[in-house]
Amino acid sequence: MNLKDLQLKSIEYRKTILEIIYNGKAGHTAGSLSCIDILNVLYNKVLNINPQNFNNTDRNRYIQSKGHSVEALYTVLCDKEFFDKSELKSLNKFNSHFIGHPTKKVNGIEHNTGALGHGLSVAVGIGIGFKLDNKSFKVYTLLGDGELSEGSVWEALTSASKYKLDNLVVIIDRNRLQITGSTEEVNPIEPLADKFKAFGFSVKEINGNSVEELDNIFKTIPFESEKPNLIIANTSKGKGISFIENVVSWHHRVPNDEEYKLALEELNLEQEKLIQ
Amino acid sequence: MIEKANLEVFAETLLDLAKKDKDIIVVTSDSRGSGKLTNFGKELPDQIIEVGIAEQNLVGICAGLSSAGKKVFGVSPSSFLTARSLEQIKNDIAYSNYPVTLVGISAGISYGQLGSTHHSIHDIAVLRAINNIDILVPADNFETRHSIINAVNYSKPLFIRFGKKPMLKIHNDDTSFIIGKGIKINEGKDILFVTTGETAQRALLATEILHKKNIYSSHINIHTLKPFDDDLLIESLSKVKAIISVEEHSESGGLGEKCASIISQHNIKIPFKIIGFPDEYMINGSQSDVLDHYNMSPAKLASIAENLIK
Repeated sequence: MNLKDLQLKSIEYRKTILEIIYNGKAGHTAGSLSCIDILNVLYNKVLNINPQNFNNTDRNRYIQSKGHSVEALYTVLCDKEFFDKSELKSLNKFNSHFIGHPTKKVNGIEHNTGALGHGLSVAVGIGIGFKLDNKSFKVYTLLGDGELSEGSVWEALTSASKYKLDNLVVIIDRNRLQITGSTEEVNPIEPLADKFKAFGFSVKEINGNSVEELDNIFKTIPFESEKPNLIIANTSKGKGISFIENVVSWHHRVPNDEEYKLALEELNLEQEKLIQ
Repeated sequence: MIEKANLEVFAETLLDLAKKDKDIIVVTSDSRGSGKLTNFGKELPDQIIEVGIAEQNLVGICAGLSSAGKKVFGVSPSSFLTARSLEQIKNDIAYSNYPVTLVGISAGISYGQLGSTHHSIHDIAVLRAINNIDILVPADNFETRHSIINAVNYSKPLFIRFGKKPMLKIHNDDTSFIIGKGIKINEGKDILFVTTGETAQRALLATEILHKKNIYSSHINIHTLKPFDDDLLIESLSKVKAIISVEEHSESGGLGEKCASIISQHNIKIPFKIIGFPDEYMINGSQSDVLDHYNMSPAKLASIAENLIK
């Protein structure tokens, strides 16, 4: 898949995210839009996780610790044919497996998340397990930046460093907003890179909405031998839709008819520009 | 006959099993000394993961190791394991359905004078309310050994808790141990003792006191609190005049309340006394003194039984 294909995928994915949230009448709109480029590159270029190998433990792993952005995950898993798109119509409906946070009841989901600050420890456990068996697979996990206030994240970082998990790739969706407002106003977390370096990580910072930069950075893993990898992916919450981008209230707002139409028009325009 | 501490039996059994199965991994939170796992660490250094004093991380890492195919035992003082890391147990182990065994050491009031921060009289209640995790509370060396042997390839999340004092031998080695099935220790016509864990020996001694007064006790020991052996309880009740439950746990949400729930839902009317810790600031003292204070001395249990069947 070349760069243009990836860019087109991101637009297609953003349309699906909006569509399923609009139809399901609930969802974390802006957070899903901020991390979708990361998931796009992971699932289309990096992970090599598919319905054929998913039930085999000998493969790479992906744990979405920021579980509320589950609509982005459903979108990508659907595209990778873990389930049919028609199933996504059941999102948030009675007796549907497609709920508002990742659950292993949905084919393709590795670990149940939703409460924040859990995914990293689990990823560390998987990373240690791979090392114990001398397996060369990698474990990737995506954390939100608001999530970094959870103390359990920092417990997990110490173990990742102790066990020299260069097979662990932590990605921070650094969109600088959380439900109440700016991360730096709610509970300042900077200087992030320095903190992670102090915890023994090899840290790189990129534009997390650029599929090109994402594609390039994943090719350089491990950044350093015997050090866990951390990518600060600078993103915009609500990326791709002008009136959603960086607007706090879109954390879990659902587009109305008019907003949904406008959003699709914006994405169609982007798509046309790319195809030309 | 007084045997070893269940804690020692746990550590020895696990070491024996792990020597033969390199997929058995122990995770500790600076708890290898208190878990009697120092030898395990020396003999099998590649099968022990040490996370430091970080119980939430311990439980999450257990889930990850299980996901990677390991047979995982997370070992930490029960108090911290089941309170500090409750959300990790709920989400990362139980809800995510990893067959991890969480071992709560120094459970109940094992830590005696160290006080309520270290006591674990809530652990059974909180985990009973978590879906998809089974609970074992072995009474003696035999039950402990078989709990650990059964845990290795158990298909579900499991919690096992015990203390660190030498225990009376209760069961013969040819007793049947099946997770989910209680064990009948004595059969008598007057009173039924229902016990779990290390207070079983106190009921056993109370039974001897009562016997001298021509009062005959039945005694069933419930090593598996979840899933509960309802049938054994109901069957045992039909033969006696009254029931006493004994547990080293809060009266709230433990063995006694579970029995009460079963009895009332079967429309059985029988005098019943729950012996556990009441909802109050607990008295300080050694484990043994505190158990005695809260009516768990054999003599007190016997006199409660006597009064109950008058």
